[in-house]
Parts: sequence; structure tokens; C-alpha cells
Amino acid sequence: MASRKLNVNGVEIEADDNITLLQACEQAGAEIPRFCYHERLSVAGNCRMCLVEWVGAPKPQASCALQVKDIFPNKDGTPANIRTNSPVAKKAREGVMEFLLINHPLDCPICDQGGECDLQDQAMGYGRAAFNRFNENKRAVEDKYMGPLIKTIMTRCIQCTRCVRFATEVAGVPDLGATGRGEDMEITTYLEKAFSSELSGNVVDLCPVGALTSKPYAFNARPWELRKTESIDVMDAQGCNIRVDARGPQVLRVLPRLNEDVNEEWISDKARHACDGLNRQRLDKPYVKKNGKLVPATWGEAFAAIAARMSATKPEKMAAIVGDLAAAEEIKALKDLMLSYGDVNLECRQDGAKVGGGPRQSWLFNTTIAGIESADAILLIGANPRWEAPVLNARIRKAWTNGPVKIANIGTPVDLTYPVEQLGGADVLSGIADGSHAFAKILKDAQRPMIVVGSGALARADGAAILHLAAKIAGDSGAIGPAGTPAEGGWVGFNVLHTAASRVGALDLGFVRGHDMAGILGGGMEFVWLLGADEFDMSKLGNAFVVYQGTHGDAGAHRADVILPGAAYTEKEGLYVNFEGRVQRTKRAVFPPGDAKEDWAIIRAFSQVAGKTLPYDDRDALHQAIYKDALTFKDMHEAPAHLGADPAVWGAIGKAGPIDGKAPLECTIRDFYLTNPIARASETMAECSRIFVSGAQQMAAE
Amino acid sequence: MLSDKDRIFTNLYGFDDLSLKGAMARGAWDGTKQILERGIDAIIDEMKKSGLRGRGGAGFPTGLKWSFMPKEVKERPHYLVVNADESEPGTCKDRDILRNDPHTLIEGCLIASFAMRAHVCYVYVRGEFIREREALQRAIDEAYAAKLVGKDNIHGYPFDIYMHHGAGAYICGEETALLESLEGKKGQPRLKPPFPANSGVWGCPTTVNNVESIAVAPTILRRGAGWFAGIGRPNNTGTKVFCISGHVNKPCNVEEEMGIPLRELIEKHAGGVRGGWDNLLAIIPGGASVPLIPKSICDDVLMDFDSLKNVQSGLGTAAVIVMDKSTDIVKAITRLAYFYKHESCGQCTPCREGTGWMWRVMKRMTVGDSNPAEIDLLQEVTKEVEGHTICALGDAAAWPIQGLIRHFRPELERRMAARKVAAE
Repeated sequence: MASRKLNVNGVEIEADDNITLLQACEQAGAEIPRFCYHERLSVAGNCRMCLVEWVGAPKPQASCALQVKDIFPNKDGTPANIRTNSPVAKKAREGVMEFLLINHPLDCPICDQGGECDLQDQAMGYGRAAFNRFNENKRAVEDKYMGPLIKTIMTRCIQCTRCVRFATEVAGVPDLGATGRGEDMEITTYLEKAFSSELSGNVVDLCPVGALTSKPYAFNARPWELRKTESIDVMDAQGCNIRVDARGPQVLRVLPRLNEDVNEEWISDKARHACDGLNRQRLDKPYVKKNGKLVPATWGEAFAAIAARMSATKPEKMAAIVGDLAAAEEIKALKDLMLSYGDVNLECRQDGAKVGGGPRQSWLFNTTIAGIESADAILLIGANPRWEAPVLNARIRKAWTNGPVKIANIGTPVDLTYPVEQLGGADVLSGIADGSHAFAKILKDAQRPMIVVGSGALARADGAAILHLAAKIAGDSGAIGPAGTPAEGGWVGFNVLHTAASRVGALDLGFVRGHDMAGILGGGMEFVWLLGADEFDMSKLGNAFVVYQGTHGDAGAHRADVILPGAAYTEKEGLYVNFEGRVQRTKRAVFPPGDAKEDWAIIRAFSQVAGKTLPYDDRDALHQAIYKDALTFKDMHEAPAHLGADPAVWGAIGKAGPIDGKAPLECTIRDFYLTNPIARASETMAECSRIFVSGAQQMAAE
Repeated sequence: MLSDKDRIFTNLYGFDDLSLKGAMARGAWDGTKQILERGIDAIIDEMKKSGLRGRGGAGFPTGLKWSFMPKEVKERPHYLVVNADESEPGTCKDRDILRNDPHTLIEGCLIASFAMRAHVCYVYVRGEFIREREALQRAIDEAYAAKLVGKDNIHGYPFDIYMHHGAGAYICGEETALLESLEGKKGQPRLKPPFPANSGVWGCPTTVNNVESIAVAPTILRRGAGWFAGIGRPNNTGTKVFCISGHVNKPCNVEEEMGIPLRELIEKHAGGVRGGWDNLLAIIPGGASVPLIPKSICDDVLMDFDSLKNVQSGLGTAAVIVMDKSTDIVKAITRLAYFYKHESCGQCTPCREGTGWMWRVMKRMTVGDSNPAEIDLLQEVTKEVEGHTICALGDAAAWPIQGLIRHFRPELERRMAARKVAAE
């Protein structure tokens, strides 16, 4: 790559031609203030805060907008002199800062952004050390309605347009824009409608001032009061990296954390705003059903009731179902406990997905999230990534933005924020498999084709057959390429998109045994242990004795005979494997409420009462046991590497069989905002659901 | 003084036949094919030699601008965009060309497009120009009917010309904002680089030229660069349409030699200043955005790029706004400050916030509600806006106020003192 020498404040550096002057200055160790510039958005160059002096140029230059390749050396051939601290640069910055502040309300004491405000910080660092020279009235701007998550105080807006660019470029929902001209320019949703994106909360992080703040978090806390814990999100299976901010026993907010391989710096609104659900509907003590009614009990009573029932039940009449939010630790402990009773039924696929067993690649998103950016053709089968993993959807959109990518969808048509060719229903699959369909040629001609099988396909009765056919299509179209990452010349384009954070971990641990979901619900089970499982019709459990171990008074708890209060993802340390197969760890931000305990410890304690003591006394020992089941848990933070087109692996995916061309192929998620017990307990999510999901349906009916 | 034989716009006032027939009788479309046959390099070379500088205000050499277009047409087609968004206060030259001499423009578009390997030309007409739009469209239709332009025209160079009607925003006269507007977006200037010659309309190589710059090209090529360069002064050659308005007896548009003395221009063509030359207070020589010059400078300044630059003003669009001694000069400049505040696109900080600030201070200064120290503050604010913005609107907003402070500071102070006395 071409590069050239620059002299930044006397430091000579070699800078890549394709980076901006702002980035080059940072490489040279110079700090450049900015408001409108953001690495992940297009360059607007409108705040003018990043002005620097290019010695010899008639005017100061906006360093964010100037590429290194546009800088030519001095006449005598020496590298161009860039000054970031010279009087010229300093005066320009001070001027811009003064302009930004003259119409800013300076209401920091009542502003939620206070303490983490770019304008506040940069005014301290780069403002004029003088009194206010502005003797006119300040501008006031009417606040805008942007939905239930974004609070607006538009008088504070400095028109950097980061939010507009995020909405248009990343979210792909052009709901935000600017109206008016000059000092009357206002950021608005045009028609006072809610910003209808699953990623809308990110504009709050992007806003460099307090114009857009979090509505649910309004006036709750100051940033310096919060205890910050780096953790992992479990609202979907992507494993977005988050920071949990808590004060005392309460989680007050969730923010994204940077991870280029997983979520860049975005999270979905559910990941961000479901956290108020952690404080509602919580199970904080054990309950045991007596005379048809659940009554509070001690741990001892609850354990005794379960132990008595288990020892009296035949193993084949016993089942355990892992819910969507469970960590690997409790899955492993529950598996070991149940198997100590004999030939029991284990199930981790509440939605009935026909996946699991066989090679690990058959249940992973093998391309990896970052790998999507290298794809040039994408076929979605029964997937709605916008709801199943909104941040992943933004990555697909990014791939589409950056290069020519042909994207097609088999299944119910959905608006994914980028153009998608709707191929039809499941009956199209055979045409693509035998090459007669037009899109088969596009896949074949593509250098790096990608196929994504979503929950809508897997949860069908013929899910295994679709999975098998999708793998065949992948193999035939060259989606299973040589080993290695795209950068190394490797490629693998076969993907399964899960919706449950626990799913891949449970499949890795082999929590699939005996009857499947349909079998359990129709097979006259006498004892069922639900590990936070709430997403199926409880009435089908019949007369079984139900143990519900979990966090919220949701469907499972209502059906339970014994309730064991567990810990939510913010209250425990747990391993989660995202759909790429990447192992990540949550950390404890707050303690579980009341008597609730960490889930694996509950199971371990029960095993002792039941006389089946599990052989691990602490988390380290438990992890060793997990490694014995699945070595993959040892590779923290990394997605598994593609090892090449081994037919033993890629030929053994799914199960060949007939496919019902008529049955609908649609996303299993009915309401993005209410997919798990925490989200259902959240008032914020209920409001979002009312506005975005119910509201949308009304409009469709009109 | 320019003799009639050297006039390019022979029907500037619309007294003659406006149709294609009339235009051809005046010499338009004469030997256009032979001009094209000279080849691209010869045409650009001729334009460079003529010394023609862009007539839109900035005065960039037109031939040089044409030569910036890529030498080869790759996958992206080239475009010529003609800036007929003539919105600079005081300026009305392009308007008369569009109304009365549109065929000079259309012929120029064909030649210029040929010289920059473009097969499509857009003429972006100001939103308020309704009759002008109609006149241009009529002329384009005539040219198509006569096969002077079109896919298979008699000149053997496939060429389409489209009239695009703007929506009436001053900022859309800035070349990149014009391109945004042409693409259907909000008219806001783009960051440069990339310059339009690399990435213009729809990301394709584009040249944006003023109406007058394009309209004079055919005559220059017909009569030769030497003829054009022989008019005016070195580096400020040729003829120019001046728009004289304000306190003169006969406001007019007139094509004159570059470098004509300002006083001669006004007295010969505009009937002199109302109440005589000694009744003159100040003149804005190049459209609202250039600093005014007081009578003492007007007495002997020449009307061309370099002479006016030497007196810290500019030729701009050559729109001469004459103000006699009855003018409230502070109020006049305040009105311009309001204009720029109103027309700022709001994209970048210094202009968005600064134009409003400057206007409000000016408004108070009109009635003397200020103090002398605030004049320095105002001057400093203009300096904080100038040169810190994406486009030149920030500069344009700052210059008139700088000109006022430079030449009329005593008047500002007098008002402050008078108000103070009145208050006491």
C-alpha cells in the first residue's frame, strides 16, 4: 500500500495514503478534537473542530476530511508540515468551540450527558479561556419525538449529523434527517414518528452532546456513580459485548463494548433496554407447591421435594429442558445430574429446531460475523436476521454497502433494510439445489457465496432435510472452500443462525438426548426440569412434576411444582457460546436478589441432597469437567477456524428427506421485543412492542 | 470602450429575433462542426490562450478547468453541468443570456462537452427563473429540432442537453451543492477533495461552469484566442457583462471590456450616479459577497479581477451595486448579513452559528445599540468564520462586514455615540 511521509508537530511519520489526516495525526501522537467524525460513519466534515494547520496552505484544513494521499510535500521535497498545536490551529478550534457554545444551553447540571459529554470535555480542553462574548438570545429548538427509547432535548444539538448518518448508513432506516437551513436546521424524524430500528439506541451513544439521551435511563444516575462490569449480552445468540452499569443492587443501564469481530460497537435495543426487566417479576426464594398452591419454602424443603420425586420416577420418564439464557456451567451440571439417574431425556431446543448431533459445523455460523464482509452472494433460508440478530443484520448491510453483494431470501418476505431478492417459499430450494433456478447460477458464479439457515427453517418438521439440502447447495456452489480465513484465501459459507444464547453451548455439551421437544411434550413425562425454559406451551407438560429453575415469574414458573430461584446473566459468571462458536464469559455486575443463587451451584447443592454428589466443588473444577465434554470451551474469545472442505464433516450435515414446499418458512420470533423472560418483564420492551410491533400490525391492516 | 463589433452577446437586450433563426443570423452555430474538428487539445489550448477566467465569481481560468477532466472516458461517463443558479444579489447577467441569447449557451455547451468528452450536459436553472427556464427550454427544443444537438446531430458528436430547474436556494449556486441538488438531495456543499473533475454528479467526472463562461466559448473559438486576449488587460482579458444597479440613473446590463474604469462604466452606460458622481457613497463592485469600496477608491479603480483584489475587494460576478449618500450603509450591510444568515445551509458550524451572530450584532449596530469594543469583536467573529467552512458562503458572509468595518468604522462609532447622547 502506498504511503507518504508527514511531519506532524515536528514528528516525522510514514502514513498510509488511504487514511485520513486525522488518523495520521493520531498515529503521530497528536490528539485531534472532533464531534462529527466517527470511524464507522461516513465523513461529514461539518463540525470543523478537527481543523489543523498545513503549513503553506491558505486555510486551516479539516483533518477528518483530508486523505493523506491528497497531501503533497513541501516545494523543497520535505514532508508536508502539519501542525495541530500551532496558533493557527488553536485559534481555529477556539473559534469553532465558541460557535458551538453560543447557542448551546449550557445546562450541564440537569443534563444526563454530564460527565460523559464530548462537548463538555472538549470545551474544557479546547475552548477559549475567556468570558462569554455572546450578547444575543440563544436559540431554542423544539424537542422531537423519536420513540420510547430516545429522549430528545434538541436545543442541545450541535448538528453533527452522526445520528442521521447512523440511521441512514448503519441501521438502514432513513427515519432521521435534517430540515431547515442555517441556524434553523433541525434534526428530526420528519413526521414525529418513532425511529423504527432495532438498533435505535445506538444513536444515544453516538450523540456527542445531550441532545439524544436514553429515555428509560433519564435522570437515573451520574456516570461516576456507576460500577462498570464488562460482560456479554444474552438477548440473542450473537454474544454482543456489553458493559453493565450498576449502582448498589440495581443494573441501571447496558452499553455496548467494542469488539470488531462480534458487534463492532453496536448493540440492539433489546440488549440495551431490557435491563429494567431484571428488577421485576423476580424469583427471589424457593417455592414448593402444596395443595395446588405455590408457597415459599426453604432450599432444604424444595430440594427434598425434588429428590423424593426423582428417585421415584423411571429415568425414561424424566426430561430436562434448557432455556434460552442458560450458561454452559449450569447446562453441564444439569446434564451430569440428570444422567446420574440413568437414561433420561435431555433437550436444549425449545423451538424444536432440527439441529444438533453430527459435526459441530452443522450448528455454527461458520463464516463468522466479520467474515460476512467478504461475501459476495448471500442466500437466506427461513431467516430474518433483523429480528434474530439485529447487529448481525447491520453487518450484512455493511457488506452490501461496501461492495456488490447479491442477497436473496427464501421464506416470508421481510424488510431487512437492504435490497433482498425474494425467491419464494421452500419449494424453490430444490430448484436451487439442482441448478435450475436463476439464483443457483449467482451462487455458483460468486467468489465467496454464503448460505444462512435461520430458525424459521430449522424449527419446521422437515428442518433437518432443509439443513441437509442447504449444506448440499453450499457444497455445490463452492461455499465450502479451502481452510483459513478470507484474508488467508480460505472460505466457508455455510451458516446456521440461532436465536438463543444458550443454544450452541448446549449443543456443544451434547444436551440432546432421547426424545426431542415434540417427544417430550407428547410422551407422558412424569418429571421435567426446566432450566429457565419458558418458550413453549406449558399445558403440554401434562401431569408431569415440573421443577422450574430460573429468574422470572414467567410461563415456566407458573406451571412449576417446585421453583428454584436462579441468577440472571448480569448476576453470574458464565460461559456463553455465540452462534459463531465463540466462547465468551459474562461477569457478575450485581448479586442475585433475595435467596437466589448461581444456577450451577444450586444444581451442585441439590446433587448432594439427592445423594448424587457432582464431582466439582468450584467453578474451576466445573470448567475442567466442561473441557472433558467439549474441548472447544478452552478457546476463549475466538471463533473456530475453518479447517477445509472435509467431506466427512460437510457431507454429514442434517438428514436427507422430503421437503414440504407449501408449509410456511417464517421467522419463529413473533415479537422481537418479547423473546425471553427478562424482556417480557421489562416495561421498556413492552412499550417498544406496543409501538413497533403492534403498531406496525395495525398499519398493515389498514 | 468596447466597440460593437467585439460584442459577444449581440442580443443581450432581446431587441432582436429570439428564435434559432435569429441567433443564426447573428452568427451562432456558424462553423461549429469545424471547431469540433480541430480536436479537444486544440480547443482547450485555444481557451487557455484566450485567458478567459470563470465568470461565476471566483475567476478560475476556464481552459485550465476543462483540462482537469480525465483524458480517457472509463466506466464512468463525463458530464458538463452549467451553473445557471444565478442568485448572487445584484447579479442578473446570466438571466439575460438565458432569456435573450440562449443559443450562445447551447452552442457553448456542445463545444465544452466535446472538449471534456462529455455527451450529456445539465443546465441547472435557478428556481425563481420561470421565464428564463421557458426561454432556455424553447431554445433547446429548437436546437434539437434543427439537429444541432441530440444523439445524431449534424455535428457528428452525440450530445444531449437537459434543463434542470432548481428550487430557489442560494447555496445551490455553490458547485458541489448544485450537484447534490441535481442528484435530488438537500443542497449542501460537498467536501473537497474529491473535486468534481474526479467525482462530480453521481460520482462521475464533472465540470461545473458558469453560464457566461460557457456562452462566450463559441465566439472565442470562432474569432480566435488572440482577439479575446487582446481585449482588456493581461490576466484579465476579454469582455464581461456588467450588471449595474442601485442609485444610478439608468440601471442596466452591459457587455464591456474587462478593466474598464468603474467611473467610466457607470457614467457611460448607467447614466451616472443619482445626483452626480460626488453624491456617491460607496459601491459593491462584484455582487453582495465582495467588500464594498468607498467613493475615494471608486474614483479610479479598474473593473477587473486583479485591480479590485488590490483594493481588498473583488470582481465577483461583476454586479455593481451603487449606493449614493442617501444610503444607510450600515442597514444595507445588515440586510446582506441577514441574507447570508437566511441562506446558510446549516451544515458546518462556523457559518451556521456565525452568520446569525453577525447579523444580530449588525442589527443592533444599525441603531447604534452597541459599543466600540464590539466592533472589534464583530471583526474577530468574521475572521473566525472566514476560511473555516466547507464552502465559500462563510467567506461571502464575512467579507461585506469586514468591508464595512474597514471603510465605515467612524460611521458605526458615530451612531453609538449618538444613541448614547440621546439616551442621556
